[in-house]
Amino acid sequence: MKANITGPDTRDTDLERSQLRAELAETWKTPRGLWGALATVDHKIIGRRYILTAFVFLALGGILAALMRIQLAQPEERLIGPDRYNQIFTMHGANMMFLFAVPVMEAMAVYLVPLMVGTRNIAFPRLNAFSYWIYLAGGALLWLSFALDMAPDVGWFAYVPLSGPQYGAGKRADIWAQMITFTELSALAVAVELVVTIFKQRAPGMTLDRIPVFVWAMLVTAFLVIMAMPAIMVASTSLILDRLVGTHFYNPAEGGDVLLWQHLFWFFGHPEVYIIFLPAAGMVSTMIEPFARRPAFGYLALVMALIATGILSFGLWVHHMFVAGLPRLGNSFFTASSMAIAIPAGIQIFCWLGTLWDGKPLFATPLLFIIGFIVTFVIGGLTGVMVASVPFDTQVHDTYFVVAHFHYVLIGGAVFPLLGAVHYWFPKITGRMMSETLGKWSFWLIFIGFNLTFFPMHILGLQGMPRRIYTYQPDMPWHGMNLFVSLSAIILVAGFLLFFLNAIRSARSGAAARDNPWDAPTLEWATASPPPSYNFARIPAVSSSHPLWNRSDILAVASGLRTDRRELVVTSLVTAEPQAREASPRNSIWPLWAAIATTVMLIWSIFSPWAVVWGSIPIAITLIGWFWPKGTPEDES
Amino acid sequence: MIRHATRLVCVVTPALLLAGCSGWQSALDAHGAPAMSLKQLIILIVAVCSVVWMLVMIALIIALSRNRRERPLPIAPQPSTQRRMTITIVAAVAATTVVISGFTVMSFFATRALGVTANDELTIKVRGLQWWWSVEYFGTSPEERFETANEIHIPVGRNVRLRLEGLDVIHSFWVPSLAGKQDLVPGRANELLIRAENPGTYRGQCAEFCGMQHAHMAFLVIAESEAEFDRWTSAQRQPAIQPSEEELAAGQHAFLAKPCAACHTVRGTTASGTTGPDLTHIGGRKYIAAGLFETTRGSLAAWIADPQTIKPGNNMPTVPLTPEELRAVSAYLASLK
Amino acid sequence: MKERVTLDLSKLPLHGMGTASVTWWGTLAFMLIEGTGFVLVLAVYLYLMSLAAIWPIDAPKPDLLPGTLVTLILLASLVPNVLMSRWAEQQDLRKIRIGMVVMSLFGVAPLIVRIFEFPALGISWDANAYGSIVWTLLGLHTTHIMTDLVDTLVLAALMLTRHGNNARRFGDVQDNAMYWNFVVATWLPIYGCIYWIPRL
Repeated sequence: MKANITGPDTRDTDLERSQLRAELAETWKTPRGLWGALATVDHKIIGRRYILTAFVFLALGGILAALMRIQLAQPEERLIGPDRYNQIFTMHGANMMFLFAVPVMEAMAVYLVPLMVGTRNIAFPRLNAFSYWIYLAGGALLWLSFALDMAPDVGWFAYVPLSGPQYGAGKRADIWAQMITFTELSALAVAVELVVTIFKQRAPGMTLDRIPVFVWAMLVTAFLVIMAMPAIMVASTSLILDRLVGTHFYNPAEGGDVLLWQHLFWFFGHPEVYIIFLPAAGMVSTMIEPFARRPAFGYLALVMALIATGILSFGLWVHHMFVAGLPRLGNSFFTASSMAIAIPAGIQIFCWLGTLWDGKPLFATPLLFIIGFIVTFVIGGLTGVMVASVPFDTQVHDTYFVVAHFHYVLIGGAVFPLLGAVHYWFPKITGRMMSETLGKWSFWLIFIGFNLTFFPMHILGLQGMPRRIYTYQPDMPWHGMNLFVSLSAIILVAGFLLFFLNAIRSARSGAAARDNPWDAPTLEWATASPPPSYNFARIPAVSSSHPLWNRSDILAVASGLRTDRRELVVTSLVTAEPQAREASPRNSIWPLWAAIATTVMLIWSIFSPWAVVWGSIPIAITLIGWFWPKGTPEDES
Repeated sequence: MIRHATRLVCVVTPALLLAGCSGWQSALDAHGAPAMSLKQLIILIVAVCSVVWMLVMIALIIALSRNRRERPLPIAPQPSTQRRMTITIVAAVAATTVVISGFTVMSFFATRALGVTANDELTIKVRGLQWWWSVEYFGTSPEERFETANEIHIPVGRNVRLRLEGLDVIHSFWVPSLAGKQDLVPGRANELLIRAENPGTYRGQCAEFCGMQHAHMAFLVIAESEAEFDRWTSAQRQPAIQPSEEELAAGQHAFLAKPCAACHTVRGTTASGTTGPDLTHIGGRKYIAAGLFETTRGSLAAWIADPQTIKPGNNMPTVPLTPEELRAVSAYLASLK
Repeated sequence: MKERVTLDLSKLPLHGMGTASVTWWGTLAFMLIEGTGFVLVLAVYLYLMSLAAIWPIDAPKPDLLPGTLVTLILLASLVPNVLMSRWAEQQDLRKIRIGMVVMSLFGVAPLIVRIFEFPALGISWDANAYGSIVWTLLGLHTTHIMTDLVDTLVLAALMLTRHGNNARRFGDVQDNAMYWNFVVATWLPIYGCIYWIPRL
């Protein structure tokens, strides 16, 4: 052990800039070719993959939405039958929640957080690779089942008894439950990586009050994932047990309970909304700074609002069950807690308005999306306050009013900031700018199309149109507005197509981006666009919350790291004092093998409980291969 | 206050008001005491929220279009500006708190009012099944008990207590013009109080996704005067009329001889199946197949001939009948007023 | 952007122990995930109990003997476990090697008793909701012991190779010991739930 310390000194202290970069590039590189791509643990490559995959799922989910709008454009339309339609709306919900919204936010964080906190790779980079493969397998499982006409048809919430052994025939509900296992496994893995990266790998000097708000948002989100996702794992596992080995968790005839499912599902399901929204709120707080040309107003208030939202989100789940027949006055408690969440949301909105008011806005596409976000998200928040009221909810629950409400929250509240974030970080990720002209066109099409599509749904809901119906009778007064909604959706689709076109075109031939094209204050802009494999040639030494907005043009950095092994700085939790020069694992193919073994076990277990026994053996073998030391310099201490 | 709010809504979202006057299945077209008080609450909350939204939008527009001096950028706000902004934001948060506290208190009292019981109640048992509704009336003695399906008659101006029973999966009972919805959960006894102030026909529909034909699980609530209601109940208690014509008799014969009778009950005959709806007085019901078609000989014939094309996935099989039998059975059923 | 070196990190250790180690924090995070899962399953137990007229449903009270034996073995295992954690801190490879073998045995022992514990519940998982939840609780904890046992066995093998003499491994041993404490700690509420709540 001592021998290692006195060994060849390969520290970076006296190296020339170009030599330092060359040595780091050699140590941190991802080899070319298929094998290199499969074995890489670079958070940027994996993050990029994650983001791209999530957007592919967004497009697929969008196609499903378009199909539903065609079907609902007129009464008793016969284009899609009830069986297919039920698969389509279940797929749309499950796909958008589990394969797009949650993963895309985590994906953005996988790419951005290590850069924003000034480190060289995410914590547990092999776990990161594993989580991507598992996510991909879960998505493939769901979509393959759809292609084979055996996709889940029980809603993204899969209420028992409809999804139970008696009424959910075939393997459809099992596929839903196992898709949950895949996506939760990957989400939990990423959450752990993010928590540890943010806790322990921040650049020296990045104390808690200097962490960018987006990073704070991801930290809170990661904790929400850690605390909420086990609930859905418990729920989906017990559902599979009911279906596969005859347990009675949800069978009222044998002491089980139907509402137990709803409690477990929504104990996860409500925080889930904030798992999607909080990263978006963090993106807004972070992006608003360069475009308002001001630090975000009320840093402490913004961070506290994120934390308060996170805590409150665990006390709201019953508001999804207001008409299930729980004690009425108990429900009123959940009205109060659901309403209370408007306070932290309000704080954030007022702080953003204050930032814009004091600043000098630069109306680039990302800011347009932020403005669009404020306009629509406030509507979604206010309709959220409405459905939080028990009596109000008895009239709108499970109607198109709720469909409108949560699309305002999820598209207005999360997708708008996300699209803004794509325009904003695109130059960092690809080294090229997105077209502003196309960006503005796509913003206006999406913004107008979105409101024309979803606002009328509020009225449809009040007019008595329930959700999840594959058609409606001609004598209902809904057809005019449904046709209007379906036609408006064309504008929305056009906006998204333009966005995708812009992204693809710009990635190929956009204008080259400078390191910091928006003159932004956070660390990811301190390195090249796109960043080199090692992120930072020297780790920044941070002394303010906006390290790139200091008066001088010089970035303070640290030296003394080795270049012959993958090394990064571990710092203390609160004050970010350097504690160790920790090794970061090298590329490895084992996470892929482990993911394949896990996939085989999980899919096999849809058909036989013995899969859990026999399927665990290859998983154990691959995990041993993963962790067994290979005698690389990273293993030194 | 309420009227004031209503006027505000007219300005804010005229579409809402337009919507208010249409439809026989609309929360905005309220004809029962619970639905009316819910409508008032909805309009009030929507109005206040619309004002809040407009205030935020005004603030946003001001923030974006304010005339600014050029300043060396980017900098933190001046201490005095910062103080002013802090005060404004704290005030805005305080206002938010007041509004949501108001909503919470309002909805608390509204919830309590909905649960209040009254004396002159009529109790009806409603069961939800994939994908139709079974309705059971009790009367004062066991002989007065009878069942019907997909159509609930109630007397105007009386509180009606519905005992909701989920038999297979979860359904949700919802007649928006009369009251808010309530789920029918297997293993749980739920109740709902409805009441109609005006005579009329109000449509309801299952509001909880319940499988393949969730979209076609409608029912009617028919509110009528006390006298008409009594006439209806006593008629319903009677067994089905015996066919007088030859074709109808042939229809009855075919009905009883074929598998129809295994699933359906026609009181007064040997048909006593309980899987499907009670057909004793089907000819008098407005719709068949849970709100799918108006009840006519033709629609009955079409339905019996091919239920799986008309309502795919439903539990009624296609019973092989000759064209004559089909005609006779549908005529017979249509005659069961 | 121009850079200026203001901080020299070359004196820092090549590996952090305890709270300076990322694996320590990772282990903690996974414990939080599993802990939440256990709390939820226990909540399901209490929820189902609150709905039932009689508890246990159609079953005798579970036989105390095997479960209590497992509890005693697990509690006894804490002694060598804590000792080993201390040896790992002192980086005493010889003692660690002995300790890992002992802990492997302590991982196997409760599993053997557990074979008798499932029948001692006196009900099958598919009889009713009570059977389902007690089997699930016991099954989950068995999985918990097995995963840690595999981890312990692999680590024991590793410590016996040339890779053993490495501060990184000593950190792994500490994390493994911490995890075993967690395995024991989660058992206590489960034990109380399965065996004592029906007797209250």
